[in-house]
Amino acid sequence: MRTESVTPPGVSLKEEDIEKNRVLSTVYYPKAEYAWATGIAVGRFLSELKSGRIIGTKCSHCGRIVVPPRMFCEWCFKRVGKWVYLPDTGKVNTFSVSYISTDTTRLKTPIIPAVIEIDGTSNAGFLHLLGEVKPEEVRIGMRVKAAWVEPRLRKGSITDIKYFVPE
Amino acid sequence: MRSMNIKKRVAVVGAGMTKFMRRAQETGKELAFEAVRQALDSAKLRIEDIDSVSMGSAPDAFDGVHMKGEYLLDGAGGWRKPYSRAFVGGGTGVFSPIHGWFHVASGLFDTCLVVAEEKMSSCLPHPQTAFLTIFDNMLERPLGPNLIWIFALEMQRYMHVHKIPKEHIAQVAVKNKRNALDHPSAQIARKVTLQDVLSSEVMAWPVQRLDISPVSDGACAVILASEDVARKITDSPVWIDGVGWNLDTTYWTNRDLYFPRYVANAARMAYSMAGIHNPRREIDFAEPYDPFDYKELHHMEGLLLCRKGEAPKLTVEGVTERDGKLPICPSGGLLGVGNPIAAAGMMKICELFWQLRGEAGKRQVPGDVRTAVAQAWGDLMQIGTVVVMRS
Amino acid sequence: MLGIGITQLRRSTPEVSYKELMFEAAIKAYEDARVDPRKDVESFVCSSEDFWEGTSIFDEYVPDQIGGALKPVCTISADGMYGLATAYMQILTGLFDVVAVEAHSKASDIKNLDSIYDLSLDPIYTRPLGLNASFIAGLEMNKFLHSRAAPISSLRRVVAKNRGNALLNSLAMNGAKLDPYELSHSEPISYPLSSHDIAPVADGAAVAVLASEEAARNFRDDPVWIAGVGWSSDSPTLETREWSEATYAKLAARQAYKMARIQNPMQDIQVAEIDDTYSYKELQHAEAIGLAGHSKAHELLEHGDFDRDGTLPVNPSGGSLGMGNTLEMNGLVRVIELALQLRGEAGAHQIHGVQTGVAQSWRGLPTTSGAVIVLSNK
Repeated sequence: MRTESVTPPGVSLKEEDIEKNRVLSTVYYPKAEYAWATGIAVGRFLSELKSGRIIGTKCSHCGRIVVPPRMFCEWCFKRVGKWVYLPDTGKVNTFSVSYISTDTTRLKTPIIPAVIEIDGTSNAGFLHLLGEVKPEEVRIGMRVKAAWVEPRLRKGSITDIKYFVPE
Repeated sequence: MRSMNIKKRVAVVGAGMTKFMRRAQETGKELAFEAVRQALDSAKLRIEDIDSVSMGSAPDAFDGVHMKGEYLLDGAGGWRKPYSRAFVGGGTGVFSPIHGWFHVASGLFDTCLVVAEEKMSSCLPHPQTAFLTIFDNMLERPLGPNLIWIFALEMQRYMHVHKIPKEHIAQVAVKNKRNALDHPSAQIARKVTLQDVLSSEVMAWPVQRLDISPVSDGACAVILASEDVARKITDSPVWIDGVGWNLDTTYWTNRDLYFPRYVANAARMAYSMAGIHNPRREIDFAEPYDPFDYKELHHMEGLLLCRKGEAPKLTVEGVTERDGKLPICPSGGLLGVGNPIAAAGMMKICELFWQLRGEAGKRQVPGDVRTAVAQAWGDLMQIGTVVVMRS
Repeated sequence: MLGIGITQLRRSTPEVSYKELMFEAAIKAYEDARVDPRKDVESFVCSSEDFWEGTSIFDEYVPDQIGGALKPVCTISADGMYGLATAYMQILTGLFDVVAVEAHSKASDIKNLDSIYDLSLDPIYTRPLGLNASFIAGLEMNKFLHSRAAPISSLRRVVAKNRGNALLNSLAMNGAKLDPYELSHSEPISYPLSSHDIAPVADGAAVAVLASEEAARNFRDDPVWIAGVGWSSDSPTLETREWSEATYAKLAARQAYKMARIQNPMQDIQVAEIDDTYSYKELQHAEAIGLAGHSKAHELLEHGDFDRDGTLPVNPSGGSLGMGNTLEMNGLVRVIELALQLRGEAGAHQIHGVQTGVAQSWRGLPTTSGAVIVLSNK
């Protein structure tokens, strides 16, 4: 029987216990590096981004047009072979205004991540950022257009689109 | 082709839990040991009585140990036993008992020790930084995302579709942090007011600091046993009558985040197994996963405990208070007790165990509680793991 | 086992992503099982470890390419044989009739494998020593050879046998015709371990479809049956290890044989696919799972008993030494190779007339964990 008088075990430390060496600690810097093969679908997507175009795929079975492209339809479980060029416009499905960066430091100027549903797809979109817009002016459903990096500076990365701006 | 012809009944016969702390002095192995020790003592069992062990622990990146399931196993009681680790992100805490359930319900083992452990504090500068690597390696990481983004994007969508004011959501944080004052393992239980939550620092709008559960170290363990063995160990076994889990597509940007359909699928699977036809009426209380306040509401709807969009209203009306008609997170949840990812889900299983045996002390839900549901959620807003327990 | 799908093992697969590789194996398995994963497969169990993939919570990225979207899918942090054991348990509970199991390796995406192994070592006691993780295999190999009074030449024979077997396996990457004597001059890694003792890593993907007895008969007349499963873990801590014995394999085999009602493995087992990530492991595991008496494995090996035409062929597929080391997929490769043998579909490396076999896996350095599966035609 568990009674309320049982104190759960565990010794809680404060940050200064570690800083002031009151407890022993050891530090290690992992070196985990990968070079992922982008494969057929994402490989093509990225090289099209380099050319300033967004490409998706269409499942011949159910007719869904999706982005990011994939060589299989997850709903029909069939091979997908049709490529479809898509406009670089769409609408905001959801967004946030972020005051923290990846390493949790505070940002003075917030960034605006959003899921952008690309025109011409079956309600499919991808994660990206919004730019050249005031946070308080962003709305779900707002129409946006891609702002591309200069062609010669593109690398074949999702960041070849700088961000999406209000159309 | 669903056969659903469950051959063996499985019960929880013991549970144990450490404190949930921002930074534990104990190593991961020691945390696991403490929880297992407590669980064994509570059931008056020895490690020799355990036939198999199932471990649940979330990303290896926190501990900086690859294959950390292997590393933790001696602390978790796995030495020279059939030991394995299931890992479904945040859903792990409720999936590991399901994995344990497979061990016993299959007839392969009479007992299974299920342990969930998390030592997030090892990761510097902040455990949250490890979460960068949950995003898509090719298309998302280059954008420099932060874990909070996912929650913010989902919360925004949920609020938009149902037109929910922030105040209603913030009520959940107030309730759970208050409930947690009665939980001995609670990390930062304190009374916060609605105003405190609404004026806390904005992290990624609409998420503010007090909407978020704290990062923690901690461990929990439960012991499962087959029916005959369970009855020899205790007079009040708590039965696992329903299990369910469901994983949605990786392509989260191709789905509408306002409703967790995968939680609903998992819940239907568990309710079907448990013979529950009207969850709103047949469930006495629930412990849905609440890493953020809006998640409790999102999951209440996913668990089919109320209609889509109705959860905030029930909260504001007090229905989900401990003495309400449908208590939600009487434990104090992750918001109140702490969020050591996998152990947090297991904390809910432990809570169901203690509540259904009348052993929850000051947290005890009044009245005759017989049936309860625990749920966890994880991956990229993808997995729902559900367990229905009955006394 | 209803369906099997496995891609060829290769040193690298730059033209496809991990998703596309998994999809290929899945398509093959579902064709072989004659099932539609969207309708007939009720649950999916994947095996993976985050740091092999370079992604945390890798479970997020599995469902779509194996047909599991919006279905019960889970990930086991262990090798494919453990995944198979979980799927097996799921079916025995009565919850499902048809479950798919998946494992893969994209080792070629990892830039420096050694630094990942380093990450698996105990951060407090072992990492500060600054040793390459293969030292653990060196220590164990030394102790093993010493305790068995076995000559190191017997290990060269293991390598030559397995890589020779691999020449007849179209799935294998590392087949070669070797003179064991030549191997005595190969590059030392961590005495007494040399480079030839270590299976090179490979890419690949595999999916297997399991079904309950009732359901299986709807799809195939000749499924191969899982007769027994077992798995076990010994000490992860180097300092409390028994260095010469593979106790985890012994305990796992005990459980599996008990279920399969096998009392004398040396007689009842007709073919074995066991872990040989390091050459000495094949002998250590063979003894641990009862295919040879204690300290006798190297004698049986030298006598030719473990050869393809011997009394108890071990690793006719070539093992990991011959096929390639596919990290968490190894366990599933061993079971699949065994199943192909029992089905009579092993092609050029077929051992004829086998009815019962055992597959065994080891999770690799620095673990002492592994699983055993017994398959049978009866």
